[in-house]
Amino acid sequence: MAADQMFDRRRLLTRAAALIGAMPLAGCQDLSTNPTVLNVLGLAEPVTRRLQRLILSDDALAPEFTEADISKTFKPNGSTEPEDQEYQDLLGGQFKDWRLQITGLVERPLTLSLEDLRGLPSRTQITRHDCVEGWSCIGKWKGVPLARLLERASLKPQARYLVFYCADTLGESLDAAKYYESIGLQDAFHPQTLLAYEMNDAPLTVAHGAPLRLRVERQLGYKMAKYVMQIEAVESFATIGAGKGGYWEDRGYEWYAGI
Amino acid sequence: MTASAVDHGAGTLPAVYRHSLLVRLTHWINVLCLTLLLMSGLQIFNAHSALYWGEASDFAKPILAITARDKDGSHFGATEVLGHTFDTTGVLGLSGPPDNRQERAFPAWITLPGYQDLATGRRWHFFFAWMLVINGIVYLTSGFLRGHFWRDLLPSRKQFRHIGRSIVEHLRLRFPRGEEAKHYNVLQKLSYLIVVFVVLPLLIIAGLTMSPGIDAAFPWLTGVFGGRQSARTVHFLAAFTLVAFVAVHVLMVLISGLWNNMRSMITGYYTIKPAGDTHGG
Repeated sequence: MAADQMFDRRRLLTRAAALIGAMPLAGCQDLSTNPTVLNVLGLAEPVTRRLQRLILSDDALAPEFTEADISKTFKPNGSTEPEDQEYQDLLGGQFKDWRLQITGLVERPLTLSLEDLRGLPSRTQITRHDCVEGWSCIGKWKGVPLARLLERASLKPQARYLVFYCADTLGESLDAAKYYESIGLQDAFHPQTLLAYEMNDAPLTVAHGAPLRLRVERQLGYKMAKYVMQIEAVESFATIGAGKGGYWEDRGYEWYAGI
Repeated sequence: MTASAVDHGAGTLPAVYRHSLLVRLTHWINVLCLTLLLMSGLQIFNAHSALYWGEASDFAKPILAITARDKDGSHFGATEVLGHTFDTTGVLGLSGPPDNRQERAFPAWITLPGYQDLATGRRWHFFFAWMLVINGIVYLTSGFLRGHFWRDLLPSRKQFRHIGRSIVEHLRLRFPRGEEAKHYNVLQKLSYLIVVFVVLPLLIIAGLTMSPGIDAAFPWLTGVFGGRQSARTVHFLAAFTLVAFVAVHVLMVLISGLWNNMRSMITGYYTIKPAGDTHGG
């Protein structure tokens, strides 16, 4: 190859490399904080949700496992030791004074003690818990299918979502807020959706959400609210928290956590 | 292919119409998607920087773990692969300027966003995953309908017979000329076929297997990989297989004629050097 051609090629290469190297890096960081860009990127969520709803029948079950598959170490997510005074008092009294409130768009609001819940027909399931971070643990859960409680409380026709209010405050200083979550009716009435009071044959530990946590097996871990105090049936969650339907949703995560 | 001529400075070299508009468009959309998917994927990986085999995570036995550790009073980036630990300070585990090291698996310059933000990483990832899938469907549909795969990507028997020679010539960095240069060579064809029909589908299916919703719809899917955590590992390995492919692909583009290759992927026209001149170009 002639020397001038070689030079040309080298110059072109250097320019191309510099251009390709500099372009996306600086640009994308700014784009990541641009609300319009985030909204456009967020359009993937309803597409994923609708497509999964289309292929997921109402009663398609999440895979269940055997006793041998249960993880030796089950990593807890979110709060592991709520410092909230109200919770500390309930814990001190071994949850004797704890009551679950079922309120909102229901015909018969309910107030249930832990004893009441334990007296109801239960379901036990060994399922895989998938954290949004990427890890999975397998655990055995026993609790009351949420559907049974909703039948007793009887939802009003306008009810579209169930909001779970929790006892724990998560996050630091200005960002701190009470944990809450919400699910749609399809998941609320799913046979594996439980209000669990036992994990691996023992009462729930504080780290795993004592005395009661939600299990929504076809979604990620952050949907499964721990330390549940109140369930409210609502038509819309736009006026609750920052309006996105949950603690993590208010901080940018998808409301539909099936992926 | 349409024969044409492209002015090549000194004289006119024969040119062939090598890439259809659809192939060119889907190629560059792919470049964009895969770049952003890799960068946002590494952001997601950083949220839990370890890989496992099986259904669940055995935290004590990762296949790969990238962390920051302390040893003999020094802080270092540790990459543990199958029980062997390597010091990867500066790139993996601990990176950034020496006076302001950050504890993170993959460094800021390769993740999207650069700072730790799983929620935004997931937004980028799922949006461009959909773009990749739509782009892939367009490419595959047209490729099958127009016979692109049979005509241009399936190696001929003759090419298979001479695969040994082709490997030797690649290693000597000598590339086909004349009549032979009008088509992809056998190594190109095989690597493109493997990327299109093996690596990318595997990458996408392993990614989908990580979705708890998809696992409820298709409970046998995790079994294909040996568990959800195995699928996550396969997703990661397939992504790096693709990175390796791109590295070789770009290298080949550079040394076999950057300008000619770039022009052919932008305008479609690829010039052919005469077969006689065998001295290095």
